[in-house]
Amino acid sequence: MPLFTSPEDVRERLATTGYLADAAIATTVFLADALGKPLLVEGPAGTGKTELAKAVATCADAGLVRLQCYEGLDEARALYEWNYRKQLLRIQAAGDGQKWEETHDDIFSEEFLLARPLLTAIRRDEPTVLLVDETDKADVEVEGLLLEVLSDFQVTVPELGTIQATQKPFVVLTSNATRELSEALKRRCLFLHVDYPDAEREKAIVLTRVPEVPEQLAEQLVRTVRTLRALELKKAPSIAESIDWARTLVALGLETLDEDVVSQTMGVVLKHASDHVRAAKELGLN
Amino acid sequence: MATTGLIDRHVAFVEALRGAGLPVSLVESLDAARAMATVDLLDREQLRAAYAATSVKHAAHRATFDRLFDLWWPPAVGDPESARGGSADGDADGEELEEVDPADLDAMRQQLRDALRDVLLSGDDEAIRRLARQAVSGLGRADTQPGRQSWFTYRVLRAMSPETLMASLLEAVLAGQERGGLAEKVARQMLTERIRQFEEAVEAEVRRRLAEDRGVEQIAKTAVKPLIEQVDFLRASRDEIAELRRRVYPLARRLATRLTAKRRSGRSGRLDVRRTVRASLSSGGVPLTTIFKPRKPHKPELVVLCDVSGSVAAFAHFTVLLAFALREQFAKVRVFAFVDTCDEVTSFFERGGDVVDALARMSKEADVVWFDGHSDYGHSFQVFTEKWPDAVTPKTSLLILGDARNNYRAQSLPALRSIVRQARHAYWLNPEPRQYWGSGDSAAVHYGDVLPMIECRNAGQLEEFVEGILPV
Repeated sequence: MPLFTSPEDVRERLATTGYLADAAIATTVFLADALGKPLLVEGPAGTGKTELAKAVATCADAGLVRLQCYEGLDEARALYEWNYRKQLLRIQAAGDGQKWEETHDDIFSEEFLLARPLLTAIRRDEPTVLLVDETDKADVEVEGLLLEVLSDFQVTVPELGTIQATQKPFVVLTSNATRELSEALKRRCLFLHVDYPDAEREKAIVLTRVPEVPEQLAEQLVRTVRTLRALELKKAPSIAESIDWARTLVALGLETLDEDVVSQTMGVVLKHASDHVRAAKELGLN
Repeated sequence: MATTGLIDRHVAFVEALRGAGLPVSLVESLDAARAMATVDLLDREQLRAAYAATSVKHAAHRATFDRLFDLWWPPAVGDPESARGGSADGDADGEELEEVDPADLDAMRQQLRDALRDVLLSGDDEAIRRLARQAVSGLGRADTQPGRQSWFTYRVLRAMSPETLMASLLEAVLAGQERGGLAEKVARQMLTERIRQFEEAVEAEVRRRLAEDRGVEQIAKTAVKPLIEQVDFLRASRDEIAELRRRVYPLARRLATRLTAKRRSGRSGRLDVRRTVRASLSSGGVPLTTIFKPRKPHKPELVVLCDVSGSVAAFAHFTVLLAFALREQFAKVRVFAFVDTCDEVTSFFERGGDVVDALARMSKEADVVWFDGHSDYGHSFQVFTEKWPDAVTPKTSLLILGDARNNYRAQSLPALRSIVRQARHAYWLNPEPRQYWGSGDSAAVHYGDVLPMIECRNAGQLEEFVEGILPV
């Protein structure tokens, strides 16, 4: 059962959750759903990649299962693991009369299986969004595991047999591109590059997220952030930082963005000392 | 659903993407075709997104893709809006370039410029594109030779000269606010962005008109810019150099990530008794799994000796920035710059320094010119050995950057030999194509005998080299 009927439908329903998608995002999400393919979202930090998965889950009324990737993530953390302690207890609790075969069959049953995110997502009967976050942080071997799970949507547990997904989850993988993911994984996914939005959309996003901010100020703020992005900075401000900045200005009760305000609150958007110096110089702050 | 014409178009487009170096596999081509069947083909942006999602899997390939998409799936055919429609209808459809009264032309130009001023103020994307189409069909056509006409971007941009509108635009945007401050900076940035957008729209429109006259394949070949990793250091434009500088940190991070992965998969060191015993507790005291300490990474010192004369400065800057971005991988990084004499410039790049400032200060304050400001490798090597005899030690990896164009001066091979002998490793990176080495005043062949000289023309080659020498 597809979750969406058209790109326009995606856009409208995402908007109800507060996520403003542009044409490319809406179409790609629609295609990922229609073609039943995983969606690989890449882009700089703070551009709403994880938000997208959450918004899709909310608007499609689906459960969100999240697998956070990190260095050293392995099968036991990503797929499934036997509950070793419980198995041990079960063996010790078995009476003398019980045969080993019985105990053996017993301890390798559902009860002793610890499902990790990938298995959980596959076994769920309800609509599911599986979010594999920061895929690039995981080791290359995890990609192999993902390939297997994402191409057939099935998992084989030797003691239990093969578990097939009753309902294909909608899969979103995110990546900051700290390393190139393997070609094989990319080939199986639809690819979406999320970049900083254009001025109109960014303003709309700021207004949705921080409704208290006056439109005039939002406009000024977005323009200033875009000016900052055009400078050569170590870390250009992202949408997340624009939103933080808007919140800060609202909290401080400021109505306009002039030189003084910018130099006082710049710490919210720029996170490197040298970036502060550069911005102050280029923007003519004192 | 899909007619043969559409399939042929699809196949030809995928073929063109491959021709431009995008690795589109058969599966991806099929995915794209399936995606086409589900989206609204009349909505061009949907079609673009469908193709991009299914067949472009690298962010760096996106610009190339967009250009080719615009050629293969043009937004319009022929001359959808005639700029002269209002004043004298029916004269825009002729194949011949009819004699236009200069006064008329001037009036049209003025009219278009006024319209440009309005759309630049409003910032409406669609209006900017529409105006670009009008401007191209009105001003972009010219005779190349009798009976042949072509379309020219520069004619349009010269006639429109959007930059000259800047002053009046700024006036309108700022509306009496104080000049020179933050408000002006921000407004200027916004307008520059829109002007760039207009220029790009004009370029795209000219390509479209050319493609209609001469066939898409012909234009596609010349329309594609090289990927930023493939841009030749020696021929990079200012924008490309800025773009390259912006890529230094992501590149360094990528290299560092790969390095950690390599280190982890490499041999590990001595047995970690404490952790092994702890792990054995869960299996009743039997050490089933043994745990080893990771090896301590060997960290060499890096000394970079770089030619910063005009011809190769861009290459030197990029490489030095990369060296500093990777400084955690080295025990110490020292940089010496030279043109015809040598000076240490490490201090300009110290932690947290600003990149642009550092580069500017390096060329202004460092004492790199001794005689006439033309590269003199021989003298520079000599000064280096005299002034910093202990900079290069047996722990040092030495990197020399330059094109070895010595202006026919003394080469000082013994000085270079002695530096190289002191170092643990030494490499020379040359941004010139290998076939020019040794031609004219290039001393590459002689220096290449002393230490391995490696061709390093673009960021891609540099990345490959750096990955190879990073200590595992």
